[in-house]
Amino acid sequence: MKVVSEIDNINSRIRKDRVFLGLVVLFSVITVSPIILIISKLIEKGYKQLSFGFLIEKTPDTMQAMAAIANNELIPGGIVNGILGTVLMVVLASVFAIPVGIITGVYLYENQEKWMANLTRSISDILQGVPSIVLGLISYLWVVKHVTNGFSAMAGSFALGIMMLPMIVRSTEETLKMIPQTLKEAGLALGIPYWRVLFGILIPTGFSGLMTGILLAVSRVIGETAPLMLTALGSSVINTNIAKPTSAIPLLIWEFYNDPNMVDMIWSSSLLLMIIVLAFNLTAKQVAANRK
Amino acid sequence: MNSDKITKIVLFSVSFIILIIAGGMVFSLVGGAIPSFKTFGLGFITSSQWDPTDGRENYGALPFIAGTLITSFAALIISFPLSFATSLFLGEYYRNTRVAKILGTMVDLLAGIPSIVYGLWGFYILRPFLIGLGFENQGFGVFTASIVLAIMIIPYATSLSNEIISMVPNDLKEAAYSLGSTRYEVIRYVTVPAARSGIFAGYILAFGRALGETMAVTMLIGNANRIPDSLFSTGNTMASVIANQFGEADGLKLSSLIAIGLLLFVITGIVNGIGKMIIKKMN
Repeated sequence: MKVVSEIDNINSRIRKDRVFLGLVVLFSVITVSPIILIISKLIEKGYKQLSFGFLIEKTPDTMQAMAAIANNELIPGGIVNGILGTVLMVVLASVFAIPVGIITGVYLYENQEKWMANLTRSISDILQGVPSIVLGLISYLWVVKHVTNGFSAMAGSFALGIMMLPMIVRSTEETLKMIPQTLKEAGLALGIPYWRVLFGILIPTGFSGLMTGILLAVSRVIGETAPLMLTALGSSVINTNIAKPTSAIPLLIWEFYNDPNMVDMIWSSSLLLMIIVLAFNLTAKQVAANRK
Repeated sequence: MNSDKITKIVLFSVSFIILIIAGGMVFSLVGGAIPSFKTFGLGFITSSQWDPTDGRENYGALPFIAGTLITSFAALIISFPLSFATSLFLGEYYRNTRVAKILGTMVDLLAGIPSIVYGLWGFYILRPFLIGLGFENQGFGVFTASIVLAIMIIPYATSLSNEIISMVPNDLKEAAYSLGSTRYEVIRYVTVPAARSGIFAGYILAFGRALGETMAVTMLIGNANRIPDSLFSTGNTMASVIANQFGEADGLKLSSLIAIGLLLFVITGIVNGIGKMIIKKMN
């Protein structure tokens, strides 16, 4: 009798083990299914409109869109004002965040445990956790109200820039930490000036690591909508003046979503945004993989 | 002055920028919130009135604080089985295999999808689906927002716990195997207890993410300025009320929205601080 019950026990333990593995696999598949569901939906609904014209024409006005819908045609026009706005703001944000972020990262690496470095590191971590809409509020209070006296590309890029900054600081420090100390010591032993050891040896050695961090930071801010609503506002024309309201792809998606006549354009715009974001994301992964 | 010294000064002063920004942020948020706190006092946090009518303006943030906490907490609960299973898949069962690499990349990509695209998907795909299931009448509300929020925070919860789980020493696990444990028993009695605090920290950081999510929630929660009384009721979160009402705001209303931003800043700061502290203690 006793033997039988022990075999039973083993069988039930094995069964439990298998059921658990089954659940783990099932839930893992459920976890990643949204990415496939979302991308396939964007392609299914958005590919028709994605043409060359979509990339080089301005947003149509509501009347044009209404006329096209009435005739059962695709809405004409494109989102070039959004594309150029996104490029303008992301480039401006990068011009601010990349140098400041890399130099701060180098500072943290060079001063590991000094209290000032610890403070900077903690503050940078806190900044990374601040919701993007709060960064939008800050940029509104600083740039919109006091610098450009109105909604502007500059305010938008400032919000995106403070979003990128802590990510770049962190990735720079982490990258530098993985470079062997001996490289730096060899440089110093040769009598090379300190700044050249940092920017002639450390940074080039860690270049691909820094690049990964930068690309990920860019891919993170390209899709940001909320902070731009409070800062760049949006515009139906192509704008190159950084002190004027400017559109961006995510802002256009938000506008289309709120305008019943334009709603058909959300899918193609989202598909384009998704392609750009994924391209940055996967390039970053590739750069990181090549490094290893 | 030699060049080494100049280099050091440049490094120091540039890294000071981040401190200035952070300090200035607190200063500006507090400064902008003062008119509202002066008018309503502590009532700003405890009142559930949100009345922008001229002459009897009255702003209280309680519905939004409640909405934020409820949606984020619900999202955390929904995401738990999913991200826990995924981190076991990546960090234990299929560690260092091709399939784990692919799955891991896909989880990372989940973090890359812009919030507004999640919102669209939730609005046009998930919402009709939930209505079809008979869950909700119009499909807006805390529940719909929480599901999308749960998907959005999965990568954050998974990445840390996956790493910690894969770092549990093999000796420990092998000792348990040699005693005749099944894999499930090893996970339950060895791996998870050893990785417990890391897993916990991952969920806290994911919770911090959920608190500040704006666009997807704004598009799905229904934007009603009241305390949600059930999972299927509509509501508003702190982030979504800022996004919604900012356009036409000035004076006392603007100050109240900034005050909500300040509260959001403080709450996410505390939550992230707790998460970071647990991680620090582990090392």
